[in-house]
Amino acid sequence: MTARLRFRKLVSAVMLSLTGVCAFVAVSVLFFILGYLAFHGGRSLNWDFFTKLPTPVGEAGGGMANAIVGSAKLLLLASLVGVPIGFFGGIYLAEFGRRGAGFVVRYAADLLNGVPSIVIGIFAYALLVLPLKHFSTMAGAFALGVMMIPITLRSTEEFLRSVPRSLREGAMALGASKWRTIVTVIVPAAYRGILTAILLALARVAGETAPLLFTAFNNRFWSPGWRQPTASLPVMIFTYAVAPYDDWHRQAWAAGLVLLGLVLVVNIIARLVLARGISVPRA
Amino acid sequence: MNATAKQPISMNISALPGATTREMLADQPMRMTISKLNFWYGPKQTLFDVTLGFAANHITAMIGPSGCGKSTLLRTLNRMYEAVSNARLEGEIQLDGQSILTQDVTQLRRRVGMVFQRPNPFPKSIFDNVAYGPRINGHNQPLAEVVESSLRRAALWEEVKDQLHKSAYELSGGQQQRLCIARALAVEPEVLLLDEPCSALDPISTAKIEELLVQLKELCTIVTVTHNMQQAARVSDFTAFLLTGVMVEYNPTPQLFTTPSDPRTEAYITGRFG
Amino acid sequence: MATTSTTVPGAGPRASSRSFLSRLRDGDEIARLLTFLFAATVVLITATLVYQLWVDSVLPRHKFGWKFLVTEVWDPVFDQFGALPFIFGTVVTSAVALLIAVPLGIGAAIFLAELAPRRVSDALTFFIDLLAAVPSVIYGLLGVFILVPLMREVIQPFLRATLGFLPIFSGPGYGVSFLTAGIVLAVMVIPFIISVSREVLMSVPRDVREAALALGATRWESTWKVVVPFARPGIFGSIFLALARALGETMAVTMVIGNTPKIAASLFAPGYSIAAVIANEFTEATGDLYLQSLVELGLVLFLLTFILNGLARLLILLTERRGSGAYA
Repeated sequence: MTARLRFRKLVSAVMLSLTGVCAFVAVSVLFFILGYLAFHGGRSLNWDFFTKLPTPVGEAGGGMANAIVGSAKLLLLASLVGVPIGFFGGIYLAEFGRRGAGFVVRYAADLLNGVPSIVIGIFAYALLVLPLKHFSTMAGAFALGVMMIPITLRSTEEFLRSVPRSLREGAMALGASKWRTIVTVIVPAAYRGILTAILLALARVAGETAPLLFTAFNNRFWSPGWRQPTASLPVMIFTYAVAPYDDWHRQAWAAGLVLLGLVLVVNIIARLVLARGISVPRA
Repeated sequence: MNATAKQPISMNISALPGATTREMLADQPMRMTISKLNFWYGPKQTLFDVTLGFAANHITAMIGPSGCGKSTLLRTLNRMYEAVSNARLEGEIQLDGQSILTQDVTQLRRRVGMVFQRPNPFPKSIFDNVAYGPRINGHNQPLAEVVESSLRRAALWEEVKDQLHKSAYELSGGQQQRLCIARALAVEPEVLLLDEPCSALDPISTAKIEELLVQLKELCTIVTVTHNMQQAARVSDFTAFLLTGVMVEYNPTPQLFTTPSDPRTEAYITGRFG
Repeated sequence: MATTSTTVPGAGPRASSRSFLSRLRDGDEIARLLTFLFAATVVLITATLVYQLWVDSVLPRHKFGWKFLVTEVWDPVFDQFGALPFIFGTVVTSAVALLIAVPLGIGAAIFLAELAPRRVSDALTFFIDLLAAVPSVIYGLLGVFILVPLMREVIQPFLRATLGFLPIFSGPGYGVSFLTAGIVLAVMVIPFIISVSREVLMSVPRDVREAALALGATRWESTWKVVVPFARPGIFGSIFLALARALGETMAVTMVIGNTPKIAASLFAPGYSIAAVIANEFTEATGDLYLQSLVELGLVLFLLTFILNGLARLLILLTERRGSGAYA
């Protein structure tokens, strides 16, 4: 073996090991985040956190029950906006609008997907807060719902298209019209993939803070109905983390642990249990 | 089955190739007829002036080398070709004397059933697969009865009667294909089209399906496409031989395989090409 | 061959079209119309968003014109608004983020696509996808309580002692700074670089790398000189995607950048970014001009990410075409 070849082999080994180090570092960040949050948040987490309202400044104790309910309300309403538009729009793209109008819709969705979340917040503010003259659960949920649309839309389209042609033909050969074929065969075959995508979209917007800052705003109390400002876990974490009180920091850690736990559990369920894809063996 | 109510028509087959047995074919009442059919995918013509008829309650096989247009021809009979956006057809196809090209396509497909090359059961239970057609078409018989009789006709009932609510994907390939036949039979079609139904199956499953086809001709008219000449010889009553989109010969099966009237047919069945 | 082959296609009756009425009766037309309405909503929402950003920023556009982009003063009291400090902060933090994230991310992607056995690679990718799902406010939380003190006590003093002769590493450090924000952003965008780069690397045809190995290249040489260049447009696409995310990222940056609208040469200085100033001042903005200036900042951010995302998609598409086209 010549010296030159030995050198080249050495370079190869060193560089390849370095790439391994990079991968190791990237993955270890996740475990660091998890560990640190579990440690700090776990210490601060107690039953009160889930059942009590926040206490006034200076008073220790209390919890974030209103923020948990607030987040749940926001997500529920956001799904009502994002899921139907994304799902039925996705059916249109996959089954009816392959060209022309479909191209415009696809382009609009990709554009929307790239809009920074803070800008979506401005949009919801201009559309729902300004005319109604106050912050509301509705406005916050609209912002989150808009963020869910492109994800739901494109993955619905993708999964419907991956249903084998033979199933479509099988239904049509039995005299099923196109819409019956879609409703009775194609959507049922693709529902697992679509459900996974919707869950992932929900998990993503559940952690969004920026679009809520000036739409749902915040609230130290329970938020009745849909037209009042509401607390939410991400906004509470932000507010408490940048405040100068130790007890609030403690609560922020607890909230961080709860939020991250929820987001990761949904992600893992969606990715492992449902598995992405369609419930049909592919040809 | 309401097929008996309709009078099968006879057709003028003087234009058919294979002159020696015109008389025999002419005696047969025809369920479906094709005349002067030309077909294009985009700019490419794949069928040229095809004319033939399918005798009621008989099995007609269409053979030929791959790419000869036999599957395309089959797919014109229930207008499945319409799923392809740039397909175009000229000529006339009739079912019981009425043009199929002007009637409602979903109605047509209820009367002309189809079984595909690869088994394509829906991701549903065995029961729901067979009940699919009756359900969407609105049926007045109890579903359970329809499902049972269809599965019996497809010779699958004994194997699945205790597991009707299992997923259809748990069946073997041959069972899946018979399930697809049962699914097609459940809407009581007058004509059953089969597009190389055994090409994805093992020999034992193939034998079962061949046997089944022979029984099924009591119920309906059967048109099958196959690249397997032995299969055509075993099951069919009439055979049509296609080559590059042209119908070369159409004759009773024994005759086509023993004394073909066209030299190209002879070349094909003796294995000189394809 | 039949003589009718000369028939001109298109001369005959149109074959396929079923009558509109029959499709309407089957419900197909109703289904098409209904789903079309939902699909059209997507276009409507996107168009309204762009329209709102445009009309709601009319005041500062008329008053300041293009100078809005190059003015350094941000003074609500005297109604003077310039975007430069925020654009500067956004660009600097994103640049720092990319400087850190690109080598790490591509290195990791090479490992996952080229070296690791499929199962290890899939498992690690699963974790990296989870990392991408961590909400940005969590990164902010960790940034505030871990990274900021660490920067103040350890990293900034160390850099000043070793590289302090460079202007970018000089001056007092408070912990909150451009550099801190850049590091947090780097951690946030690494997962995106890894997963997109891994996919484009894996789409490089097998025979490309085998050809290099067969010529006597070492494993690293075949990867770095053949596979990576082949996938280069797609890797650039992943970097642009990451950049677009970094530019638009709000919470984590807001929590660690220091929120000071100043332009400074030192990375240790506190600064501000477009998204952060919108987040902090939107609810407090008094007066239409102030609020609309913030909306115009939103418009600037929108346009920046719009251009970057477009470029990124184009590049990724080009690579995948190359992978499937050239060797199909």
